[in-house]
Amino acid sequence: MQEAIGLLDILLLIMIRGLSTTLALTLISLLFGFLIGTGLALMRVYGPIELQWVSIGYEKIFRGIPLLVLLFIFGAALLGLFTWAGSLTNAVFVAAVFALALRSAAYQSELFRGSIMSIDPGQMMAAQSVGMNQYQATWHIILPQALRLSLPGWTNEYAVVIKDSSLASAIGVAELIYQAQAFTLDYPALFLGIILVIAIIYFAFTYPVTKYVGESMTTKLRELGLGGGK
Amino acid sequence: MMTKVIEVKDVWKAYDTLEVLKGISFDVFEGEVKVVFGPSGSGKSTLLRVINMLTPPDKGEVLLRGQSLMDPQADLTKLRAHIGFVFQNFNLFAHLKAIDNVSIGPHLVLGKTKEEAHDIAFKALEKVRMNDWGHHYPAQLSGGQQQRIGIARSLAMNPDVILFDEPTSALDPELIGEVLQVMLDIAKEGTTMIVVTHELGFARAVADEMIFMDHGVIVETGTPQHFFQNPKSERAIDFLHKLEVLYGQAETDIES
Ligand SMILES: Nc1ncnc2c1ncn2[C@@H]1O[C@H](COP(=O)(O)OP(=O)(O)O)[C@@H](O)[C@H]1O
Ligand SMILES: [Mg+2]
Repeated sequence: MQEAIGLLDILLLIMIRGLSTTLALTLISLLFGFLIGTGLALMRVYGPIELQWVSIGYEKIFRGIPLLVLLFIFGAALLGLFTWAGSLTNAVFVAAVFALALRSAAYQSELFRGSIMSIDPGQMMAAQSVGMNQYQATWHIILPQALRLSLPGWTNEYAVVIKDSSLASAIGVAELIYQAQAFTLDYPALFLGIILVIAIIYFAFTYPVTKYVGESMTTKLRELGLGGGK
Repeated sequence: MMTKVIEVKDVWKAYDTLEVLKGISFDVFEGEVKVVFGPSGSGKSTLLRVINMLTPPDKGEVLLRGQSLMDPQADLTKLRAHIGFVFQNFNLFAHLKAIDNVSIGPHLVLGKTKEEAHDIAFKALEKVRMNDWGHHYPAQLSGGQQQRIGIARSLAMNPDVILFDEPTSALDPELIGEVLQVMLDIAKEGTTMIVVTHELGFARAVADEMIFMDHGVIVETGTPQHFFQNPKSERAIDFLHKLEVLYGQAETDIES
């Protein structure tokens, strides 16, 4: 009885501290990954050849390095860069955001570039023949369609990042896994229960979201005649 | 009195070694309807894209109301706003509702306020009899309806000339009439038009001049009567015969 109550208390603490950190880490990384990734994709598609090479190089590098290595680079080797964050807790958090965001940017760039390239060239021609310049046509016609096309892939990226954010425990970010490990040091007997609940939490924050967003976007895209064939 | 809206002067265009346009020249006057026809691959679409500089020619010149579109000083974007383009496969902006497809040009390019642009768009939709469909996305509309929105999108810019690239050839037969009817209406209102089409009934009803193209050159020009009664060139006779077999006689009824 004593133990059951202990487990619930522990789970509650893990949930409150760990889950909020996991979600913050995921969402902030995705957001920066999105901003950087969009920029990279635009450079790659519309930029001069030099910027295209920068973008290609970036994608290759950040897709070629394991996330754990990136985490050690930012969270250990370069941790000094993040002292401005205040505490050590904050510094490792920022370092983890860097690692996750920079890697996600490489994947989001590729995703977004694919969407831009898949827009029918007739859209650009039509925009230009209405008298829009390249910039207006890109901003008002191409990118909105590309963004919508990217959304299903983007929910997939969310699922990847939220699960991979667990690796940030390795550099001491107090997210779900870290909290679980901390508690199992003191209560080894609860390990199985804790880890099962954590698995359920990850699943709960991954599957329904991707399913719901994926399905509603597919419906919306079909309504717009975008994606999923003509 | 007879103002030249478009002058095409000895235009040449090649894709690599493939010569697509080989010295095309003609003028289009205010209010005139030119019908361009000819076999597939003869360069008709390329010619239209050259006229609004979506495809700049290798040689030659295109003038809009006397102003060269080739002039390096010319603001091509601005000049292009004066030339409407109606595409074979509509090319409506997929993420925008019908009304927004039509109002985005006046708003972004002509600098109208959102309300003004909306009013302009609504009037253009009325003209093509699509005013009840403004809140639909293109994918929710039939081909004929989409093409009428495409025409409205051009009309809303109040252009000097509208170019039509086989506007009905992607349509199911039963939808062709509604689009041709709209084109007839605006032709009769005095819209200057260059129409690539094989709809001989339309040509007979409103064309001031027909241009027969083959292999990148203008083979023969003349009024509809000329072409339907005594075309001169072997190639035109041949092609018109094929069209009649395919599409029926030029007398095809269109309400006027
Ligand atoms: N962008 C392009 N690149 C290469 N070849 C092209 C291109 N556009 C058209 N062509 C070629 O030019 C020729 C004329 O094409 P087009 O102007 O579309 O003819 P039409 O509209 O009369 O059928 C065709 O042989 C076509 O394959
Ligand atoms: Mg063509």
